[in-house]
Amino acid sequence: MKVLIKNGYIVDPSQGIDGVGEILIEEGKIKEVREHRSGGRRDKAEGLLLEEEFKVIDATGLYVFPGLVDMHVHLREPGFEYKETIKTGTLAAVRGGFTSLCCMPNTKPVNDNETVTEFILRKAYAEGACYVFPIGAITKGQRGEELAEMGMMYEAGCVAFSDDGMPVMNSLLMRRALEYSKRFGVPIISHAEDINLSAGGVMNEGMVSLSLGLRGIPAEAEVVMIKRDIELARLTGGRLHIAHVSTAEGVRAVRDAKKEGLPVTAETCPHYFTLTEDAVRGYKTKAKVNPPLRTDKDIEAIKEGLSDGTIDVIATDHAPHHRDEKICEFDRAAFGISGIETALSLGLTLVRDGVLSLPGLVEKMSLNPARILNIRKGTLKVGEDADITIIDLNKKWKVEPERFASKGKNTPFEGFILEGLPVITICKGKIYERDN
Amino acid sequence: MKGRHLLSIKDLSKEDIIHILDTAEGFRDVLKRDIKKVPTLRGKTVVNLFFEPSTRTRTSFELAAKRLSTDVINFSVPTSSVVKGESLIDTAKTIQALGADFVVVRHASSGVPHLLSEQMDASIVNAGDGINEHPTQALLDAFTIREKKGGFQGLRVAIVGDILHSRVAKSNIPCLRKLGAEVRLIGPPTLVPEGFAGEGIHLFYSMEEGLRDVDVVMMLRIQLERQDRGFFPTVDEYFRLWGLTEERMSLARPDAIVMHPGPMNRGVEIDSAVADSERAVILDQVTNGIAVRMAVLYLLGGVKS
Repeated sequence: MKVLIKNGYIVDPSQGIDGVGEILIEEGKIKEVREHRSGGRRDKAEGLLLEEEFKVIDATGLYVFPGLVDMHVHLREPGFEYKETIKTGTLAAVRGGFTSLCCMPNTKPVNDNETVTEFILRKAYAEGACYVFPIGAITKGQRGEELAEMGMMYEAGCVAFSDDGMPVMNSLLMRRALEYSKRFGVPIISHAEDINLSAGGVMNEGMVSLSLGLRGIPAEAEVVMIKRDIELARLTGGRLHIAHVSTAEGVRAVRDAKKEGLPVTAETCPHYFTLTEDAVRGYKTKAKVNPPLRTDKDIEAIKEGLSDGTIDVIATDHAPHHRDEKICEFDRAAFGISGIETALSLGLTLVRDGVLSLPGLVEKMSLNPARILNIRKGTLKVGEDADITIIDLNKKWKVEPERFASKGKNTPFEGFILEGLPVITICKGKIYERDN
Repeated sequence: MKGRHLLSIKDLSKEDIIHILDTAEGFRDVLKRDIKKVPTLRGKTVVNLFFEPSTRTRTSFELAAKRLSTDVINFSVPTSSVVKGESLIDTAKTIQALGADFVVVRHASSGVPHLLSEQMDASIVNAGDGINEHPTQALLDAFTIREKKGGFQGLRVAIVGDILHSRVAKSNIPCLRKLGAEVRLIGPPTLVPEGFAGEGIHLFYSMEEGLRDVDVVMMLRIQLERQDRGFFPTVDEYFRLWGLTEERMSLARPDAIVMHPGPMNRGVEIDSAVADSERAVILDQVTNGIAVRMAVLYLLGGVKS
């Protein structure tokens, strides 16, 4: 199939494209990209329409991005198929404008060996709406005791390693992981949380936790571990990526590390620049997430970090759960937000607020994660997979979780009116449309 | 009183609180009669839903409900299907289907009464949730203070002990502030969060400083497992530094009273000489608790048919 996307406003920071133009797709690959202003002749593209086998997408008034890349997703399969499957999770991804994602290893069994990695990849190849890049566990069973077979998982297709959700508390083991991973050039992703400091906590520690009588997780539980891991990156020269930064001091630590030229990158998630701990009031379990929602001060610092490049990536930490795991005692409720279908719209608020330029947002949600993971994604360069997201920046829509493709309806954004929608996502040769 | 539920003292205005105390006065007179029962809520059903062991609070609610002529059912963990793995929501729906007008709930997780109020038709009364609140305890404490001291204006009340984990303290602080008393929080820095300081609320880490010239000393029960969690080194050291002794009581005003929500740990947070002294009003608190809980049930009214 040949597809022509015409008259769309193309934003592709990987090759400095920022203007109206045409994209031609053939055999699932980018065949041609032509910007009007750079002398590409419009009539030539129009001429192509005469060929009948073209499907033409008129993107007039719409924006065309390289397909988004989400480097932090929980697909739940194998083991927790009642929460999400590779099929539903990747469908949710394309609905959210994502064409590639990384799945975290906290499945059952844990993705700590090549067999599980191969299972995920085979399933994703057969059933996945988008591309799936597994992240392997750092330690066997994510138990934090001994290194998992990183080399074999790397050869099977893992693009990074993380014990996400179960921080590696043993500093020596984290040192070894950062050293060992240098053989493969892949990042170690740190879920930065000192579990002794956070023990028992269910929300941010502060005035709201005192007022609700809920046990708090202090910001320092994140900050001390970010600082520890930065020191270990300095010691080892291994590549460190900090997952879901939620605190002002965490942003500052990463900024300082980058100033020194240390091999450190970082991500945040839409909820950390959108919501504060106040969302928990009324014991709203849908706002229970780890790390927890923080304060206005933290939101400001995260926006600053996104703006000045301290934070490289916006990932979703998409964490679908069954409704019974959220409609229960707050202490017992699962941590996590089903976020992959709202992320782009929330990211676009940063553009409207002047925090990021449009190319800046595309970098955070597509190009930068692809570069950190060293995968051939996040670009509209000729010859690459035709992973494309087309956005109506002005489309207002109401967040109705029952319409999610994800099995997880657990979102604190329910009922929010958001602006900007990925109306068409092209991935693996298929065109997905979304109107709400 | 606004609303059908009593979930938190924070939801009540000063007027609401005074209205409850005034109503409780009437019921306390009933309790002094030979026949201690009124037909006010005849035909209504009260379910005591206790997910944590409790004898005092449950008995107090049970008596209050019986004195109002309701039918009372005690639904507590060891005999319920909760141990069989039933979810809280299913338990709540079952109790609703049994026709409960009031559900008095105690649970180890903060916010459970709020969750039940969203899931059930019955009036929910919070009988202690996690480390959050225990509103009827604060109301009966206020009733007792008003009875002994006449009012709250200019009164200094010291709350001593594990403020961080005490639902009694967390209901008493807003209750006393709304009524106009000055509140002092005294205890180890690990158990007295700085976030509680505010207008009319002062923090002290030293008993000798905090108790000076107070009118009321409200002791909290020290949970012995806090020692294991590292909040203080040993019970012996706790008593040495924060135990209420006669010597320390002499720093308070001469007519100061001593309160305790029970059950007491003698020799841990309070010395027997103080607990058994003339100043202790601990048993008055127990008696007043029934009248105050009668007032709460009466004012909430239960399910309106």
